[in-house]
Amino acid sequence: MDVNLNLSSNTSKEKLTLDKEIIYDLIVIGGGPAGLNTALYAKRKGLNVGIIARDLGGQVLDTSSVENYLGFVSLSGEELMKKFINHVNELKVPILEYEEVETIRLKDSSSLREVVLKNGLVFNTYSVVIATGSKPRRLGVPGEKEYSGKGVCYCAICDGPLFAGEEVIVAGGGNSAVEAAIDLAKITKKVTIIHRSQFRADQILIDQLAKFDNVESKLQTQILEVQGDKFMTGVKVLNKNSSTEEIIESAGLFVEIGYLPNSEIFADLLELNERNEIVVDGHGKTSVEGIYAAGDVTDIPYKQIIMSAGDGAKCALAVNEYLNTINK
Amino acid sequence: MKYLNEEVAKQLEEIFSGMKDDVTVALFTKEDDCESCEDTNDFISELISVSPKLHLENLDIDKDSDKANEFEVLMAPSIVLLDKDKNYKRIKFNGVPSGHEINSFISSVIEVSGNSQKLSDEIQARIEKINKPVNIKVFVTLACPHCAGAVQKAHKLALENPNIQADMIEAQTFFDMSEEYNVSSVPKIVINDEFEFVGNQPLEVFLDEIEKTQVA
Repeated sequence: MDVNLNLSSNTSKEKLTLDKEIIYDLIVIGGGPAGLNTALYAKRKGLNVGIIARDLGGQVLDTSSVENYLGFVSLSGEELMKKFINHVNELKVPILEYEEVETIRLKDSSSLREVVLKNGLVFNTYSVVIATGSKPRRLGVPGEKEYSGKGVCYCAICDGPLFAGEEVIVAGGGNSAVEAAIDLAKITKKVTIIHRSQFRADQILIDQLAKFDNVESKLQTQILEVQGDKFMTGVKVLNKNSSTEEIIESAGLFVEIGYLPNSEIFADLLELNERNEIVVDGHGKTSVEGIYAAGDVTDIPYKQIIMSAGDGAKCALAVNEYLNTINK
Repeated sequence: MKYLNEEVAKQLEEIFSGMKDDVTVALFTKEDDCESCEDTNDFISELISVSPKLHLENLDIDKDSDKANEFEVLMAPSIVLLDKDKNYKRIKFNGVPSGHEINSFISSVIEVSGNSQKLSDEIQARIEKINKPVNIKVFVTLACPHCAGAVQKAHKLALENPNIQADMIEAQTFFDMSEEYNVSSVPKIVINDEFEFVGNQPLEVFLDEIEKTQVA
């Protein structure tokens, strides 16, 4: 029995929040690695910066262990985010949490930007960095939606304990999928990891997975359908090598096949690519002046914690240069 | 201390110093057939020791059946938060609120102490219209980072309207009940045993489902 105090359980009683009466130099949307590092760099440059976040910490919180962030051999996603947030809190950056942005409005020819929240609040700023990250991608096969919450899961650390002693399936072949399979192998009877091509995960993770004797890998295998009655009972798959179909019985399916960018609200405002990622240039600039984007929501390749953090730093520095060129 | 290290105890002390009035934590255990009762008692004892405003009342679900009935306690361990006058506020934690649930425990304690968070006028108006009994069950696991937020919202709704009652249910402790309610993803929210949804959804979604129970 242990306790996981919230990242936002700020020990200082006066919580810093955003002021709607002032004009910010920069408003950062998002509280994951990209957003937090943008705020850190911007604050150190002397910018008047604030963060608006749906939840601080982002997706990294759902990661049970992070072993590829330079300087930390191994720690949980939550521990890493606590370090990030404490660092940002040290610099007294105001953070508005549990709020969602509805849109960004441009003010005619001026360089002012308005960040409009779903609750109706409006904040004024000269620049914005969008770091809204991404959300789990769905398989998009028949039965997936129907059995979502009835066996189909998207958070292994949340729902894994509910399948103790049962047989489960993990869909995917990247780091997230292999990590989920390792976590689940410890508590369930059997894990079948299904992927339509070859593993993309780091070799070090694949080696760890191979140590479990209750894990079976089915590669070159495509999930066609989730089946069940009241609950899911299994999946229908196609073995691409032999072109044969089979049913794999299972009480649970953990979908870990990557992420989709949280960019919907910006679709009318900014240029997105065919994967709905925000298109940015080498400085993190989007198609609209004064609006930058960092991390998983953008079209930068390879989504990694350290890259999102680095991307945030880059955007803050670019914004700092941009602010020097406009008339405030 | 067994469960809280020095750093966490200090943080909790600081957080609980934000309480307005005293709060009584009524812990219902039972003698037989309760694997986690003893550990829960130890954990809660340690937790409340960090604040002079928190008081523990040890009760037995069978021996103190009057109180168990009054507080609608159906299983053990169960934790009921009472205000400074020991009034039942219709909120409970069934199973130990450790792991991530410490956060819902903290926010509910602060609320019951009288330091209440203001909701938007629109939400408040919708809550006030609820005039038929509503029971909210929130199934959680302790490793789930999103679950505490859902418990927090369910408890807040109960605190704002006397017709609403809200329970956290730890899915592993109460495994049979979780099976009965077909819990396979958490947080799973069940309203009046009839309407349900999964995820730490906004208060609007809670109210959409609750309002379905209010017709005719």
